Amino acid sequence: MLYDVRLRIDYGYATPADGGRTLLRIMPPTLTGAQEVLAASVGIDPAPDERRERTDFFGNALTEIAFRQPLDHLRLTLRARLRRRAEPDRLDLSPQVAGLAAEIAGTGLEPLSPRHFLGASDRVRPTREMTDWARAQVRDDMSALEALVALSSALNAEMRFDPGATDAGTRPEDAFAARHGVCQDFSHVLIACLRGLGMPAGYVSGLLRTEPPPGQPRLEGADAMHAWVMAWCGTELGWVGHDPTNACFAGTDHLVIARGRDYADIAPVRGWLRIAGAQSSGQAVDVLPVGA
Amino acid sequence: MPAPAPDLTDPLARLLAEYAVPPGVADELLDAQGRMRPVWAPFLRLVAGESAEGLARRFARGDQYLGDAGVFFRQYSGPQPERAWPLSHIPVLLAEAEWQTITAALAERADLLEAVMADLYGPGKLVEAGLLPAELVAGNPHWLRPLVGVQPASGHFLHLLAFEIGRNPDGTWFVLGDRTQAPSGAGFALENRMATARAFPDPGLRRHVRRLAGYFRAFGQHVEGLARAGGGGAAILTPGVNTDTYFEHAYIARYLGMMLLEGEDLTVRDGQVLVRTVSGLRPLSVLWRRLDSEWADPLELRESSQIGTPGLVSALRDGGLILMNALGAGVLETRALLAFLPKISEALHDRPLAMPSIATWWCGQESERAYVEAEAGRMMIGPALSTALPFDTADGTGPGDRWATPATRTARLAAEGARLVGQEAVSLSTTPVHDGTRLVPRPMTVRVFAARTPDGWVFMPGGYARIGRSGDATALAMQRGGSVADVWIMAEAEVAEDSILDAAPLSRQRDVLVLPSRAADNLYWLGRYVERTEGAVRLTRAYHLRLAETGDRDERRVALLGEAMWAAGLSPAEPVPQGLIAQVEAARSCAGKVRDRFSPDGWAALRELSQTAARLAPQTDPGDDAARKMGLLLRTLAGFSGLVQDNMYRFTGWRFLRLGRSLERALGTAQFLAALTAPGQPMGALDAAIELGDSVLTHQRRYRAEPRRETVLDLLALDGKNPRSILFQLGVLAEVVADLPDPGEPTRRTPITHKLLRLRTDLEVATPGELTPDRLREIAAKLQALHHLVGQAYF
Repeated sequence: MLYDVRLRIDYGYATPADGGRTLLRIMPPTLTGAQEVLAASVGIDPAPDERRERTDFFGNALTEIAFRQPLDHLRLTLRARLRRRAEPDRLDLSPQVAGLAAEIAGTGLEPLSPRHFLGASDRVRPTREMTDWARAQVRDDMSALEALVALSSALNAEMRFDPGATDAGTRPEDAFAARHGVCQDFSHVLIACLRGLGMPAGYVSGLLRTEPPPGQPRLEGADAMHAWVMAWCGTELGWVGHDPTNACFAGTDHLVIARGRDYADIAPVRGWLRIAGAQSSGQAVDVLPVGA
Repeated sequence: MPAPAPDLTDPLARLLAEYAVPPGVADELLDAQGRMRPVWAPFLRLVAGESAEGLARRFARGDQYLGDAGVFFRQYSGPQPERAWPLSHIPVLLAEAEWQTITAALAERADLLEAVMADLYGPGKLVEAGLLPAELVAGNPHWLRPLVGVQPASGHFLHLLAFEIGRNPDGTWFVLGDRTQAPSGAGFALENRMATARAFPDPGLRRHVRRLAGYFRAFGQHVEGLARAGGGGAAILTPGVNTDTYFEHAYIARYLGMMLLEGEDLTVRDGQVLVRTVSGLRPLSVLWRRLDSEWADPLELRESSQIGTPGLVSALRDGGLILMNALGAGVLETRALLAFLPKISEALHDRPLAMPSIATWWCGQESERAYVEAEAGRMMIGPALSTALPFDTADGTGPGDRWATPATRTARLAAEGARLVGQEAVSLSTTPVHDGTRLVPRPMTVRVFAARTPDGWVFMPGGYARIGRSGDATALAMQRGGSVADVWIMAEAEVAEDSILDAAPLSRQRDVLVLPSRAADNLYWLGRYVERTEGAVRLTRAYHLRLAETGDRDERRVALLGEAMWAAGLSPAEPVPQGLIAQVEAARSCAGKVRDRFSPDGWAALRELSQTAARLAPQTDPGDDAARKMGLLLRTLAGFSGLVQDNMYRFTGWRFLRLGRSLERALGTAQFLAALTAPGQPMGALDAAIELGDSVLTHQRRYRAEPRRETVLDLLALDGKNPRSILFQLGVLAEVVADLPDPGEPTRRTPITHKLLRLRTDLEVATPGELTPDRLREIAAKLQALHHLVGQAYF
């Protein structure tokens, strides 16, 4: 599917904010066989005093910007045309969850090695409550892929999507205890559950197709940046994306922007401003299919 | 060969006979045959010949030094946040030949650690080749992914290291842990040396002791050279006053003439790290980091860090700064790494480790895990990724036989194996400690400091040993009551005089003149708080004097001053108001943040003030007693002011201190004059004003009459010769401002000068009659505006 993408992130500051330094991770990558970026640009208004582009440890595109004068607003815009390919139907060749460890043992420290996605990371720490719950959803004879789907679907059924209930700083264990949150919370909780079982799991930020194909329901989270989970299902299958907010595989409606261990690794805007007064922010997303 | 029976009439023999070394360990004083090691002879003879009182006097001299120098150690729990430095007065003596063997081995180890670091943040061959398990890296919170691929600007990752070493029962040495993150203790070693020298100043004794100064000089020159080549300054980065070793950071900064900075003092522009100073942004070339890596940059590392510098990692990536040590070096402190160093040494350097590490087994491997399980009784078991030393049990490390019950041990080791290591429960050598009556053996480790210079690794010759509180090796930790001793490296030949003062810094002139904005801000507020404290004390005294006279809180003059107290945040009901104590604490807190720029005497005076105020608070009665106690506080305050006025060098920092004091005094005076000279105030309000302005005698001599509104305002607002008047303080302000540095952009100082000039001219031509309360309040408002302009320009 060919898409035209527009993402706009706006900040407004009541009292001009001191100039600061910010990292942006909003540029989508080309992923062999899955996603191809035909054209893309990141616009920044006002023009920053410094701007540099590089990639981070996990291979995500990163734009570092800095301002030396106070700002009263900041607008970030991504425009891109990209092609998302349906992943071919695959046989479930993943081992049982218990068998993953042996396959992980053969991997090294390359950026998307499953090793980086185990245990605790900045924002996600498996807890006994989440691990116990996860264990109850998964049967021993399930494959890793089946376990992923089972957990993601069970979470989707138990957790209530509620944009007002949490914020960007909510801890996964708290969102889990209250069984509510937004895509970030759903994803962090699922990651904690998977890692608690010994499955490598990471966080994917991205965009959803704005309007569903005819006859299908509109996906939750299409009007802002979205997040889902990738889980490592063994050497044969590798990373598989699943969206716990919508209980579906990350398919042709899911456009990838960045991948990391959790939100802290790949926050679209990670910044440092000294702000005295009120701050407002908004996002607008358009993901329009323009061809096959 | 059995030792001959000691002759107990000889004091030395008696001393040695009483010194009973536990079986199965080595001792620093006695060799394996129980004979005194020769290097100890002169020292021990002196100790043996000294009376109990004489020794106590010597030890007291050492303690006195530490107290005067303000050496303290911050502890995280307990009633007193700051604890006196726990010095054990008997040094540890080591022969130089043995020391040379130690340092040669540690130099090799330092190079090995550098190679491991370069690989972990570079090609990753150690993991690839199976020399290091991948999970010890990937799961390690100290392995910082944003630093992977970042080459250090100087070509080296490691510059300053410390090794904790101990002696085996067979007399050989081993490494308990490598300190690579931000090793502490080098400054305390200097203080150990100074204090021990006070206790044992005997020249005959010290003639063979290697001096510490050369180490600092060599390192200081190296830093200076790097800074000069980079075209910027050199500084120490501290996490701030709340860290346990802040004293040392301030001490070393002062000693080496380097700026002491916190993360917010730094900013990054186009890949260059700059210091925010009162003279604008200044480039920085070398930063000695005493802050743990994870906190150094909230943008790329721990996002919640409030003490880092956004963009620091980015600047490092650009090669814009030499950081000592490189960020991410903490990964080398990982306990489990010790299990793999022997093979890594063979692989990278083609030879075994020159000094072995504490025997360590990572339980992520089956055979090692089985071994740890079988030998649990002589193991310490703890987290594999811990960076704590083996005897630090705070992280859940414990003796293998108590760490889990035999029934659960197998299951836990199997389930958590990869997260655990077993380390041999070591027997450390003992060294003599004086327990008040005699010498007793206590376990010890030596901390060895190494610095990279163009000529290779340079080692500090001794200076720092940790001593256990009891025979138990885990009691070494200072947080658990352990103590610290000097270490003397005893040379065969006499050592050339090389006083610590000779190691004075080279860069003192250049760097100290550049005042970081945060330091200026703290000095300015220190001035304001001290002056505000003085005002509060005078006001409280005036209130209680009136109360003593009348015995009636509702009497008009008493009530008037009571209101003034409330307005100043002081409760008239409290004889030593909490609000006043809070002012003193605020002053002390500001002073604590600029200890590197502050004389120990000035610091001691402030500390005394705060202790006195706190001590007096519960035992003071209202009225006369309170007034008298306020007099006592005023005299202590005067001591501080005198030190600052008479002894502090007129660096830029002093000007900011002065600026704060003058501004606060002018402001406070304008405020109390506005309140007390208003028409309709009771009799005695004017007397109170003169008293608050400390001008009772002057008023009598100048006017020889009862105070009138005009005389009071003349004396306290308009008299250019009275240091208590507003006009006088405006004169001081004008002088100080004229000497302030240009804050980068000249246009920012101009409004300060203009505003001040206008205010001063207004007052110079004013008559007392024109100074209505409204006019005085207007003056106060203008002084407030001045305060904001200073903040905008400099902080």
